[in-house]
Amino acid sequence: MPGPTPETLTAPLVVEFPFTRSLGPVQSAFLTGLRERTVLGVRTRDGRVLVPPVEYDPVTAEEIRDLVETAATGTVTTWAWNPAPRRGQPLATPFAWVLVRLDGADTALLHALDAPGPDAVHTGLRVRIRWAVRRTGAITDIACFEPYDSPAAPRATAHSGAFADPVTGITTSARLDYTYTPGRAQTRYLTALAGRRILGERCPACHKVHVPPRGACPTCGTPTDEQTEVGPRGTVTTFCVVNIKAKGLEIDVPYVYAHIALDGADLALHGRIAGIPYDRVRMGMRVEPVWTEGARHPDHYRPTGEPDAPYDAYKELL
Amino acid sequence: MSKEPVAVVGIGQTRHAAARHDVSIAGLVREAAVRALDDAALTWADVEAVVIGKAPDFFEGVMMPELYLADALGATGKPMLRVHTAGSVGGSTALVAASLVASRVHRTVLTLAFEKQSESNAMWGLSLPVPFQQPLLAGAGGFFAPHVRAYMRRSGAPEGIGTLVAYKDRRNALRNPYAHLHEHGITLERVRSSPMLWDPIRYSETCPSSDGACAMVLTGTAGAARAPHPPAWVHGGAMRSEPTLFAGKDFVSPRAGRDCAAEVYRQAGVTDPRREIDVVEMYVPFSWYEPMWLENLGFAAEGEGWKLTESGATEADGDLPVNPSGGVLSANPIGASGMLRFAEAALQVRGAAGERQVPGARRALGHAYGGGAQFFSMWLVADTRPTT
Repeated sequence: MPGPTPETLTAPLVVEFPFTRSLGPVQSAFLTGLRERTVLGVRTRDGRVLVPPVEYDPVTAEEIRDLVETAATGTVTTWAWNPAPRRGQPLATPFAWVLVRLDGADTALLHALDAPGPDAVHTGLRVRIRWAVRRTGAITDIACFEPYDSPAAPRATAHSGAFADPVTGITTSARLDYTYTPGRAQTRYLTALAGRRILGERCPACHKVHVPPRGACPTCGTPTDEQTEVGPRGTVTTFCVVNIKAKGLEIDVPYVYAHIALDGADLALHGRIAGIPYDRVRMGMRVEPVWTEGARHPDHYRPTGEPDAPYDAYKELL
Repeated sequence: MSKEPVAVVGIGQTRHAAARHDVSIAGLVREAAVRALDDAALTWADVEAVVIGKAPDFFEGVMMPELYLADALGATGKPMLRVHTAGSVGGSTALVAASLVASRVHRTVLTLAFEKQSESNAMWGLSLPVPFQQPLLAGAGGFFAPHVRAYMRRSGAPEGIGTLVAYKDRRNALRNPYAHLHEHGITLERVRSSPMLWDPIRYSETCPSSDGACAMVLTGTAGAARAPHPPAWVHGGAMRSEPTLFAGKDFVSPRAGRDCAAEVYRQAGVTDPRREIDVVEMYVPFSWYEPMWLENLGFAAEGEGWKLTESGATEADGDLPVNPSGGVLSANPIGASGMLRFAEAALQVRGAAGERQVPGARRALGHAYGGGAQFFSMWLVADTRPTT
C-alpha cells in the first residue's frame, strides 16, 4: 500500500550554451561597422533605409545588399522605463529602453538610453550613440544612447560594407533558468532510492509494471498509484561496448552500457555493467545493483553469478 | 467532397557541409527555398503559406524560426506554421504542408526544413542536466547500439551487414552533388576496419553532422498543370507516434512505424511494397537501421531484412534501391534530413535525380523517424496523378 506522499521534490535546472552564429554578408558588415564606429543600414528597392539591417526585404522578400551609412544621432520614437536592470542588460543603473530612429533611417533600433529618470525621457528626444571603449563587432559596441541636442539631419550615404578584418561570426550565450519539479510519482521513486529500494508502479488496467514510474501508464494513460518493489536483481537484455569517452563522463573506456530488466518490471532501464571484463558481458546475464555512498542512483550493476536467463525469458523486453 | 490531389512541383536543397560559415541561418534556408521556387518557375508572390520545420530548439538555439525566418521565406502577410517532431520533423512538416493543399485551404504552399549543426551541439541539446535523473551513460551512438545488437540477436544477421550498408550509401553519395560526404576511393575494407565506437556500431556506420536545408513547393492540379517540369504526385502520407519508453516497446521494429507504413500503403493501394515500390529513401542514421526498417516497412518479413541488404537488392542498381542519394549516412542536417528523404523520393519519380536517378522509378517511398523511435512520417509519391 502507498505510504504518505512525501513532499514533492524541486530543484533548479540551468540550461546554458554558447551558440555560435555565422553572420552572412549583411550582419557581418553591420557588426564590423559598429566596431569601427560606423552605423550601416540597408536600402530597400523602394528607397527605405532599415537599421538594423536585414538580408531580405520584409515586404517583398527580395534579397537586399545595398548598404548605406547613417548618422550616430537620432530621435526616440517610443520608450519604457526600466527601474530594475537585470544581469546582462546594457546598463547596471535604471535606464530607459528606447526605440531610436537614427538620422537617415526609416526604422528604429532597440537599445538602452542612459537618463537620470523617466522625467528626462520623452518621445521625440534627440539622442546619440555612446560608443563602448572596447569594441569587438557586436551590438554591445553601442554601450547605450545618451540625450544629445542636435538638429535632425536625415542623411544616408552609400557604403561598400568592406572593412579590414571583418567579423564573420559571433557567439551568443543562451541561458535559461528553470525550476524542475519531477512530480509525485518520480518523488516516490526517488525517495525509495534513498533507501536503496527500486519502486515501480503497476497499471491497474494493463497490469504492466513501469519503472521509473510516471504516475500514469504510458500505453493506456490510466493513472497508476500501486507501487511495487522491483529487482534488485535483473537481466541484461541488450548492451553496447562504449569505446569513446563521452563529454563530461568520468568513466574509463571501454565499458558496457546495458539495458537491464529488473525482476518484476515490464521494461528495461539503463545502467553500466562492471565487475566483469567488458568483453564477457552477454545478453541474458544476471546482474544486481552496486550502490555507492551519497549517490542517488546505483553506480553500476555487477554479475550475480546466477546462470544466464534463457532468451525466451527476456526477448519480449528487448 | 474529395481531396485535392497534391503535386510536388518544386524541389531545392543546399549544398550540405560540416559547416556552412558562408551563410547565416536565413541565408541557408533562402538557398534551398529559391532553388525550389526556381524549379517550379514561381515567385514569392505565388506562395500562399509557409510551413517550416527544424530540430528541437536547443539544437541550435533558435526558438522561433517562424518569426526569425519570415523575411527570408517571403512569409509577410501569409500564414506561417512551424512543425516540431524531433528527427522526423522534415517529413511531418511536408505532410502538414500537403494537408493544406489537399484540404484546399491553400493552392500553393512552400515547405522547408533546416539545421545548422555547426552552430550548436546536438549531443548537448539531447543531454540537458535534468535534476534527479541518471544521465545517459553512453554518448550519441550508445542510445542506438543496444537496439542494433537486439536486432542481430533476433534476426541472426551476420556481423558484416552494417558495413555493407555504409559502403553502399557512401558510394551512392558520390553521385549526389549535394551530399556532405564524398569519400572518393572508399573501399569495403576501409569501412570494415574503421574504429568500433559503440560496439556493434563502427565509426563508418554513423551519420555525419551537417549544415543544410531542403524546400519543396506543393500545389494542386491547377498548379501542376502550369508547372514547367513533371510533378511528383502524393499517393499516400501518414504520421504515427508512440512513447519513447513503455512496457512492450519494440525498439527493433516499433509499432508506430509499422502502422504508419500500413496506412500509407492503404492510401496508395499498395499491397506488395517489395514489388510495387521502385525506390526507397529511408532515415538510416546508423547503417544497421536499413535492414531493421526494411522489415518495419514491410519490404521483408521479420528477421529477413538483412538478407535483402546482403543480396544487393538495395544497391543503386538492385531491384529495390534504398537511399540512392547516399541517405542520412552521407548528409545529416538533422532538422532537414526527413524532408530530404521525402524530396529525394519525389526527385526519383520526376526523373530529376541526376546521376543518382534510378532508371524508370515510378513509385517511391520517403521515410523519416525521430525521437527515441517515437515519431514516424512517410509519404509515397508517384509519377502519375492519383485516380481517387
